[in-house]
Amino acid sequence: MNLALKDIRHSFGRFVLTTFGISLLLMLVMGMGGIYRGLVEEATLLVDRVGADLWVVQKGTRGPFAEISRLPRNVEDRVLAVPGVVSANSFISHTIQREYRGKPLRVTIQGLSWPADHGQWLPVVAGRVLGQAHYEMIADKSSGLALGDQVPLGKDTYTVVGLTGQMNSSSGDPMAFLTLTDAQAVQFDLAGEAVRVERASRVSRLQAIDLGRSQPQLEDRAAGLSSGIPALGTSMVSAILVDVAPGYDPAVVAARIASWPDVTVYSHEGQRELLLRGNVDRARRQLGLFRVLLIIVSGIIMALILYTLTLDKLHDIALLKLLGARNLVILALILQQALLLGSLGYCIAYFLGQWVFPYFPRRVVIMQEDLVSLAFIVLGISVAASLLGIAKALRVQPNEVLA
Amino acid sequence: MTKPLSAAGLVVEATGLTKVYGSGNTEVVAVRDATLTVARGEIVALLGLSGAGKSTLLTLLGLILSPNAGRIAIGQTLVFDGQRTRVNVRRFRRQHLGFVFQKANLIPFLTAVENVQLAMEINDVSPRAARTRAMELLEYLGVSDRAEHLPSKLSGGQAQRVAVARSLANRPSLILADEPTAALDSVRGRQVIELFRKVAHEQNAGVIVVTHDHRALDVFDRSLEMEDGRLIPKAVAAGA
Repeated sequence: MNLALKDIRHSFGRFVLTTFGISLLLMLVMGMGGIYRGLVEEATLLVDRVGADLWVVQKGTRGPFAEISRLPRNVEDRVLAVPGVVSANSFISHTIQREYRGKPLRVTIQGLSWPADHGQWLPVVAGRVLGQAHYEMIADKSSGLALGDQVPLGKDTYTVVGLTGQMNSSSGDPMAFLTLTDAQAVQFDLAGEAVRVERASRVSRLQAIDLGRSQPQLEDRAAGLSSGIPALGTSMVSAILVDVAPGYDPAVVAARIASWPDVTVYSHEGQRELLLRGNVDRARRQLGLFRVLLIIVSGIIMALILYTLTLDKLHDIALLKLLGARNLVILALILQQALLLGSLGYCIAYFLGQWVFPYFPRRVVIMQEDLVSLAFIVLGISVAASLLGIAKALRVQPNEVLA
Repeated sequence: MTKPLSAAGLVVEATGLTKVYGSGNTEVVAVRDATLTVARGEIVALLGLSGAGKSTLLTLLGLILSPNAGRIAIGQTLVFDGQRTRVNVRRFRRQHLGFVFQKANLIPFLTAVENVQLAMEINDVSPRAARTRAMELLEYLGVSDRAEHLPSKLSGGQAQRVAVARSLANRPSLILADEPTAALDSVRGRQVIELFRKVAHEQNAGVIVVTHDHRALDVFDRSLEMEDGRLIPKAVAAGA
């Protein structure tokens, strides 16, 4: 006769409520682990998807994901001249937050090196990749944008032509992909008045010096577009992505480029490691701490519940002892209930999580190995939690029945 | 190692039993040099005022507490010799003793039949055999129609009958009952005592019943009285 099951059958409602409470706690533990995994995946997603062998960034910086990195776009041409480089593409990344249809729209904009890159490597789940050099956008569906949406950014309006699935930046923001020039236009967009003031300032400064007075055509140039003035320099990008030809050692190519005094070079793994150690590490430790605390809290709550359940049965336990029951019978009664509580709580937590996690604001990635390790932890805390009740039960004297 | 001691035909033989609670100024002698024997098939009443030491004597005979001095032999086995325990008391209890209390003390999450069945299962009887005998016992005690009911759905008398069935489950040689009729009216109380008498005679078990109810004394074979922890022999009851 299984006393544990008989007791549960008798107080079924209380057991169900208790199990549900435990399962909510375990779901949070599961969710914390999933958020951490999601964080890592989001952080490294772009680096992994892009798959470039080398990342060339501004000298002394740690790349566009860790801090601001500015490189002249013409570094791309210099890199292409290095033996062993098969392709070099400019990369630009920045986060914007605008108002769209009365709601805040926060996206991380990535520039695609058009015309080589249409976004064909992206996981497009609806619509298509970029089909023209300007005014088209591929957005992640978590941004809330839909196909055909017209999104005004800066002075232009971009049409959403494609939607990706699960493309989020390391900070969890949905990504949006534009051509590089469009991404730069959004990044360096200035208000019309600011442009007019800057042009007037340039003309004024020119008129104040001999060169301006002796070269009147310069004044016409200064009053025009900034891009029309070679002396003002080329446009800036965040990084140059380099692919190394087969047969060449990426380390040798990287060393060659790194010898230039104005750039720093990271390998694919190096950039990935920087992301994990920089952006994710603190969050990982924070989540890890929460996870440990939640597991401890779950253990304490389970111990208290099992202890209370045992206290409720002290008279029956004393009676069992008086009838001559072995300690094993009493131990099994408590331990089986603890294990049942833990394992059922775990299963409910899993299924609840499957239903609830997609609604979490951050991506939750549940890995098989995390589930297995949590299952063992739950078994462990179930046994540990029952020890308090078992200790109490074993101290009960049979003569307490007579009290 | 157990040692045969008691004479054939005696189910319990206790000699010079003493039980002291506390020490120094708080010392209370609950049972003082008590000696008694109970024969197989005999039902004995244990009388006395509250605090006389009846329940303590019963717990000593039931191997629930150990005496400070004296010897207890049950069946032909020496169980306590002074403060030394000569057997595994828990195993001995489940194999040789049956208990009935003032309250039925049934396990609330088990049905009537399961309560009886459990007593046998913890004595290593197979569930099937235990179930069959449990039903037979409930039938014998006239409560088989309540077999599948939880204790909360039984009347006081029905619950006490189930408790008696449980005490008989392992065919004990000694049944100890501590005021089993206290929670029952006089008619039902008498019925329970008569039931014990029937069990003692039919199953050849010794029965000791602690009781305050003098109206049913005629049902007992013999009665003993306790006063201040001492056992005082009384005259043979009318029903004997």
